[in-house]
Order: sequence, then C-alpha cells, then structure tokens
Amino acid sequence: MSVAMLSKPEKELKASVVKRYKVGIYLGALSAGFIFFAVLMRGIATLPLDTSSLTWFQSWLNNVSDWIGNNQNSNPFFTFFINVIRDSINAFVTGIQDLISQSIGNNASPLIGWLGIVVLLSFVAYTVANIRVAILVFVGLVSLGLLGFWQESMDTLALTLAAVVLALLIGIPLGICAGLFPRFEKVITPFLDFAQVMPTFVYLTPVTLFFLIGPASATIVTMVYAIPPALRITAVALHEVPWSSVEAAVSMGSTRMQALRKVQLPQAKRTMVVGINQTIMAALSMVTIAALIDAPGLGKVVVTALESLDIGKSFQAGLGIVILAVLLDRTTTAAASKVDAENSHLVSRVRHRQILVAGGIVTIAALLISRIYNWAGNFPGTGVIGSDIARYADDIVNWIQNHFVNVTNSITNGVSYGLINPIQNLLTNSPWFITGFAFVLLAMILGGRKLALISTVCVLGIVGTGLWSDTMTTLASVLVAAIATVAIGIIFGVWIGRSKRADQIMRPMLDAGQVLPAFVYLVPFLGLFGATRFTAIMAAIVYAAPASIKLMADGIAGVPASITEAGIAAGSNKWQMIVKVQLPSARRALALSTNQGIIYVLAMVVVGGLVGAGGLGYLVVAGFTQLNLTGKGLAAGLAIVLLGILLDRITQAAAARSTLERTK
Amino acid sequence: MISVRHVWKVFGSNPAQIIGSPDANLSRSELRNKTGNTIAVRDVSFDVAPGEVFVVMGLSGSGKSTLVRCMTRLIEPTQGEIFFQGEDILKVDEKRLRELRKTRFSMVFQHFGLLPHRKVIDNIAYSLEINGVSKEERHHRANEVIELVGLQGYGQAYPEQLSGGMQQRVGLARALAVDPQVLFLDEPFSALDPLIRRDMQAEVIRLHHQLGKTMVFITHDLAEAVKLGDRIAIMRDGAIVQIGTPEELVAAPADDYVANFVQDFPKSQVLTLRWIARKPELNEVLTGPILPPTVTVHNSMRQIVESSVPIRVMENGHLLGVVTAQDMLSVVSGSEF
Ligand SMILES: Nc1ncnc2c1ncn2[C@@H]1O[C@H](COP(=O)(O)OP(=O)(O)OP(=O)(O)O)[C@@H](O)[C@H]1O
Ligand SMILES: [Mg+2]
Repeated sequence: MSVAMLSKPEKELKASVVKRYKVGIYLGALSAGFIFFAVLMRGIATLPLDTSSLTWFQSWLNNVSDWIGNNQNSNPFFTFFINVIRDSINAFVTGIQDLISQSIGNNASPLIGWLGIVVLLSFVAYTVANIRVAILVFVGLVSLGLLGFWQESMDTLALTLAAVVLALLIGIPLGICAGLFPRFEKVITPFLDFAQVMPTFVYLTPVTLFFLIGPASATIVTMVYAIPPALRITAVALHEVPWSSVEAAVSMGSTRMQALRKVQLPQAKRTMVVGINQTIMAALSMVTIAALIDAPGLGKVVVTALESLDIGKSFQAGLGIVILAVLLDRTTTAAASKVDAENSHLVSRVRHRQILVAGGIVTIAALLISRIYNWAGNFPGTGVIGSDIARYADDIVNWIQNHFVNVTNSITNGVSYGLINPIQNLLTNSPWFITGFAFVLLAMILGGRKLALISTVCVLGIVGTGLWSDTMTTLASVLVAAIATVAIGIIFGVWIGRSKRADQIMRPMLDAGQVLPAFVYLVPFLGLFGATRFTAIMAAIVYAAPASIKLMADGIAGVPASITEAGIAAGSNKWQMIVKVQLPSARRALALSTNQGIIYVLAMVVVGGLVGAGGLGYLVVAGFTQLNLTGKGLAAGLAIVLLGILLDRITQAAAARSTLERTK
Repeated sequence: MISVRHVWKVFGSNPAQIIGSPDANLSRSELRNKTGNTIAVRDVSFDVAPGEVFVVMGLSGSGKSTLVRCMTRLIEPTQGEIFFQGEDILKVDEKRLRELRKTRFSMVFQHFGLLPHRKVIDNIAYSLEINGVSKEERHHRANEVIELVGLQGYGQAYPEQLSGGMQQRVGLARALAVDPQVLFLDEPFSALDPLIRRDMQAEVIRLHHQLGKTMVFITHDLAEAVKLGDRIAIMRDGAIVQIGTPEELVAAPADDYVANFVQDFPKSQVLTLRWIARKPELNEVLTGPILPPTVTVHNSMRQIVESSVPIRVMENGHLLGVVTAQDMLSVVSGSEF
C-alpha cells in the first residue's frame, strides 16, 4: 500500500481530534456564557404561573375537555367509535375480573376462588416453565393473600392480563409485519422510539380525555404502553432467524406463508417469549401507575397510602406489587429458557405427559372446590400478617426517623442546599430566552442545524404550554438525578465491566431492579425523607441506575482486547487504564448510558409529583383530581413530552457523535 | 436443458439504468464509487446439456453465488433470459416458479441452510411436506435418500448434533428428496475439511453416475472443478471469461486471469497427448509405440519415458504427431503451456 493511502485516515483522525477539542471548548464557553447571562439577568422573563391560574392555552384545553365531556354521548364519533371501544374493553376487563377478582351477583367470590386460582396458575407455571417456578408461584400467590391483598392483587393481575392479551394481539402481528417488511419497519420505528422515551405518566391524561377515568382507560393506556416492546421484540426475533434457512425454504418452493409458519416463527419463538416477558412487565408497571386514573388493584392502595403518607400501608402494597412482578417475571423468563431447552432438544415431552394429566385433574378439582366451599373461594383471614408487616414497616421507619433524623435531615438539606437549590434557582430564575437559547446552541454544537431546529420547536412549545417555570423545576430535579445516575453508572459500570465476578454478582440484581414498577421505588424513600422533591430524586436515581450501569458495563467490557492490551503493554497502571484507555474508548457507552439515565430519571421525577416533588408531575396529578385543572394537566403532559424529546434528542446526538468519532 | 442468455444482475438503487450506459464498462470499484451500484453478474450466457456437470469457478466476489441464485430466481436478475426446457423462467408467475422449485430444481447451499428446529428427517422431508405428501410417504422417501447419502441412523438427530460434513450430507439429501432434474450446488464443500471434502466429491460423482442428474456446481477450487466438471466456466468481476473442458482451460487459457487460475494445477493430469503431440522433425524415427490422442500425459508417462524412440500419437490410422520424453518433461515441469 502506498504512503499516500496510509496518511489519509491519519489526517482524518487528526481532524477529528481537533474537532473534539473544539467541541469541548464550545461546550465550556456555552456553560460559562449561560451561567453569566442567567445570573446577570436573573428574575427577568421567568414566566412563572400560579398553580390555580391558567393561560389561554390551558383554558382552551379545559374547553376541549369540557366539550368532549358534553358530547360523549351524542357526537357520532364517540357513540359509534370511542364508546364502542370503551365498552368492549370494559366488557373484556370486567369479564376477567369476574373470573378471578370481583365477586359476581349474589356470590361472595369471583367465578374462580382463590384456591382455584393458586392451583391453576401454579399448574400453568409448571407447564410453561418448571416445577421450581410452579412452587414459587404457589408460595407467592398465597403470600399475596396473607398480605391481605388477595382481591387487589387479582384486580391488578386481571387488568394486566387484559392489557397484555390486547397488546400481544396487536403487537405481534405488527411485529411480524415489521420483521418481514423493512419498509413498514422504517415507518413505525420513529413512533416506537417516541413511545419508548415518553414517561409512563403522560400516557394517562389524553386517554382519559377520550375514554373517561376507569378500568377501560387503564387497560387502554396499559395496552398502548405495552405494545411497543411486543412489536419491537417480535420484529427482532424474526430478524434473528438466519436468512440462509429462509432462503433454503424458499428455494424449495415454499410460499411466503409457509416460510413464515414453518421456518421463521418456530425459530423466533424463544425471542418472542422474551418479548412477552417485556410486554407483561411493561404492562404491570403501567397498571400500577394507572391507579391514578382509577384503575383498581394494588397500585391504588399505594397511591392512596402515598397521598395520605401512610408509609406502612404503602410498603405493604408495594411488597405485593414486588411479589407479583417477581412471579410474572420468573415465570416468563423460565418459559423462555424452556423454549431454549426444547430447541436444543434437552427435554423429552413424553416424560411429562403423565404429570400433566395428574396436574390437570388436581387443577380441575381445585377449581370445583373453590366454587363450592367458601373457605376456598374467599381468601380466609383478614390479612393480619399484612397489617403486621405494615406495622413493622411503620415501626422501622419511625425508628429510623427518630434515630437518624439528623442524618436524613442533613442529607436532605445538604443535597438540597448544596446542589438542588442552586441548580433550580439558576434555571427557574434565568430568563426563558437565555435558557432556551442555551439549549438551541447546545443542540447546534452536538447535532447540527436539524437538531437545533427541533430544539427550537421544543423550547417554544414548552413556552407555549405556559409551564416554562414548572418545566425548569422539573428539569432541575432531572439534572441532579441524572448527574448522580451517570456517576453511579460510571463507578459501578467500570467495576462490573472490568470484573467477571462483579458482573455475575451484580447482573441479577440489576435485572431485578429493572423489573419492578416505577412506583414501588418511591415507598422506601418516602419513609426516609418524607414528601419532598429529594425523595423523588432519590427514587429516580435508584430507578434509573440499573439501566445506566448495565450500558456502561457493556461498554467497558466491550472495549476491544487489542486496545486494552496496547494499554497494558504501554505499562499503564489500573487507574491509568480506566481513565486513559477504557473510559475514553467507551465514550459511546457513556453517552448512551447518560441518555437512558435521563429518560428513566425523567419518568420517575414526574411520578414523584405524587409525593411533593412539585413541577410538571404534580400538575399532571392535579389534572386528574381537580376538574378546573384538567387543561393544565394536559398542558403539563405536553410539556413533559417536549422536555423528553429535547433531552433525548440532544443526548442521542452526543452518543451518535462519539460513535462517529470512534469509527473514524 | 438450461440456456442462460445475456443475464445481468446489478445491485444498487437504479440497477436497470446502468446496463447499456457507458457506466457499465467501468470497473467494479469505479462504478461503486460513482453510482453506488455493483454489477454482480455481467452479460452472462451459456448452455447446460442434460446430464452435464457444469462448473462455475471464479475468485471470491466474482458473482458465482449471485449467478446461481439468479438461475432459480432467489435473486431476481436485472435483465436477460433463462430458459429451462424451453420455458423462460424469468417470465413465469409465482405459482409456476414455486412448482419448478418444488419439483425440478434443488439447491445445496454453501452454509447448508438447514432448519435448526427440525430433525434431520424432517429437514429432508420439508420439500415433500410443502408438496402435500403424506407424513408416512415422505418419511419413507426421506429414509431412502438418507441411505443414499450414507446417514443411516441419524434421521432423528437435530442438525446441530451433526458434524459439518454430515450436515452437508443432509443438505444434499434434502436436495435429492424430490428427485429434481437439476441440482444447483453453491460451493457445497468449501466449509468442509479436505478429507470429508474428498468423500463428498466422490459422493457427488457417484450420485451423478447413479442418477444422471444435471448439475450446476460452484466452486473456487480448480482441483474440484476438474474432478467433477464436464465443462467449466471461469468468472471474473461478474463476467464469464472462458468456458471449456478442463483440458481446454489448461491447454489454452483465454487470458492471464485464466492462466493464473490454472497455473498451479498439475497439467499432466488433464492434458492429453492431443495437446502435446508435435510434428515429427525430419530425421526422427517414426517406428515408436502407438498411443491414442485421448490418453492423458499422466497415464502415458511410463511408456513415453521407457521408449527410446518418439511415441507416435495416432487417431484412426492417422499420425497426429509425436511425443518424446523431453516434450513430456517440459509439460510436467510447467515450462510449456
Ligand atoms: N445483496 C447484495 N447487495 C449488494 N451487493 C451484493 C449483494 N450480494 C452480492 N453482492 C455483490 O455482488 C458481488 C458478487 O457476489 P457473490 O456473492 O455472487 O460472489 P461469489 O462469487 O459467490 O463470492 P464467494 O466466492 O465469496 O462466495 C460482490 O461484489 C458482492 O459484494
Ligand atoms: Mg458465493
């Protein structure tokens, strides 16, 4: 190869180094400039708005909401379309509830009593997974009853089931289309990306606008939230099927349908089961949050308890959610690995046949018994154990509060005064055009003109909602939580990425952490830090950390051996290796983990509106409860969406930029 | 049996516009840089006779796989005609195409393309299954071909439980299950180690003699091509540069590319006396032993060396020329041809 050819990439490399250097200078100058002008002009054009006052836009939304309310039963769009959907979904959900959770007619118990359900679900767990999971399901379900939340748990389960069934009915066929037709996939991907970025919260309001508050809305909102994972993973599952086997099938004269049925779907099964797992977990997470729009179940207990600051009760119900989450996750995960085992032909199906028959008979017997005898229909007892747990939790929290009040207070105060307040003051007191301009410049530096345009639209949109000041309050919390999340992500990510042992120990915990619905993270922190934005921030950090850590760890572990070896060969010590070799090589992972961290944090900070975090989340919640604030709640939802897009796009651009530099 | 006429395949955004434009004459990389298109198959024409083994050779990326996929329309050619028993298969509809694939053509893939979730027997029976053959019947037939390729006892195994060579036998058995008229084999043995490869080649030769199938066989191994092929086509950058019998290629390569291809091949094994016989010189003795022109140099070596006078090469009582040990040595050592 000629010398001239070799020097070309070198030149490019140099150019990119210069560029990166420049970006660093730009960003530094931008921050300095922003702080200077924000402080200089503080108090000007901060666009504050009292909770009770409305802008014309918010009043207009109120009117829209009123109009919908008034025309719900007369306008054909509603009577022939929206209401039909609502009624059918309602019927569907109520059907499932009648089956497992709500007592029907004169009967004291639902169609299937607790014993029937426990045995049936354990049996199902055995058939789709294995005996260990079946036992886990049995114990888990009984403990839900012992907690005193049998009916609430079954309500949550019923809603989750209904939503999952609908989500799969829609998501899997669409996913198959996306897997088969690249053009279709290209069209829907932006929507999926968008859906993924949105905090769970913002789905609630628009849906209630059309479908009213209640189980139907809760199911729809949950379904909408659960469709993207079902769709996406189904498409991925089909992509994963080796093209060579599809081509072979076609070469033998298969029709498209035959290739799909006989070749692609059987091979995609395992990944599709993983998709079902994700769908169920997303649904459970959403169903608990849908308690805000009156979805029955455990979530409602948590919300009520949180609102009245009843730590014990919220802990008790939170525990129930955790149990339910673990059961559903374990069962579906084990089902996926069972499909795996079947694919690798480790299990013979014949062997299990007798056990299955026996189990089936026992299940039918249990179903009958639960129908006939009251003790097997309604879960006996009054949840004494549950109240005990609630009391213990209260006691412990009280004890901690009594003994460590100084510690928790000083943590709260320290962080509040040292970090949150300065940032919040800076942002809320800065003129909107200064902050907005800073965002646009940041977008320009990181992503170019197109991103700057998107950012301008987002900034102006937020101003348009009339909630600029509240958005800045939320942003402050998000930034603080995100900084902490990224720091944790780096520390733990480096640790896990560098050590196989650490990976083995931490990975299951991180996975478990990601499974839990957002809600339950609030509970323990509420106990420790009370109803403050600090609680919301702490919960957000804990909620977001697993995703951030995992991405970081994968990035560090993924640094090519050739690079690390070169570092070692150059005589770097451990610290130098991390700082000078591994972290810089994992820059893309860092950017991605920042992106994910911010998305998760935003979702949680908003939920934190429930426990006094203020800002946009609080307004969304208020929108549900106070009629005259509906429009404001909607506007707040919109502001969250815009803020989400803004933060997501900018951090994505940062990630894309570091990829670009690395490939050069 | 098969006639390929002026077939083109251009990958890229505006394939049809390239053909016939001046751009078509650019080299691959130039075209790629200029328009982003790749000409994978360039104006290819040839015929395959019934019962013939037609080998396609060429370096990696020369378009062999694309060509063979075009022939069964797994890849849609950009332009051209392909006749199978007089029917232009590029013009037939989906249904007829599937019928041809189900009953007339079979393909064996470089990377096997087995269905991992099916047992060996169900892999082999797949095409019968989609032909609507009953389970009993198709398993019966599958067992027959399993025996044919020497996989007795492995019917109930899954592909991943077999070695590479065995997997390729499954691929071969699958292709034979429907009793096709034409077999397309795309580098079927490239992934196999030399010993298994030799076995499999013997297998194909046996099958060819036993069943008399027409085959289009792709390889980039000249030894394999010479061993199996009745005729060989050499491809470069999508175009065919030469078609001929192994002997013709070795004896008279059309250009440097082909010459390069064949230069390391032991010529004495394909060259016959016809190619090395020369006019007798004036004072040469013409009483030596007589050999026919169709014997390879390799097989006549002993006689040539042992004879003190030039060997006479005669056909139908006609003297074609003479060969001495000197002439033969220059062929074997490669200084000639
Ligand atoms: N789907 C495709 N899209 C774009 N270009 C392609 C595609 N398939 C093949 N090509 C290009 O066509 C050319 C011929 O590829 P082909 O696979 O036919 O080569 P080959 O002779 O079979 O090589 P090998 O011996 O490595 O299998 C290559 O330059 C390849 O890059
Ligand atoms: Mg090939």
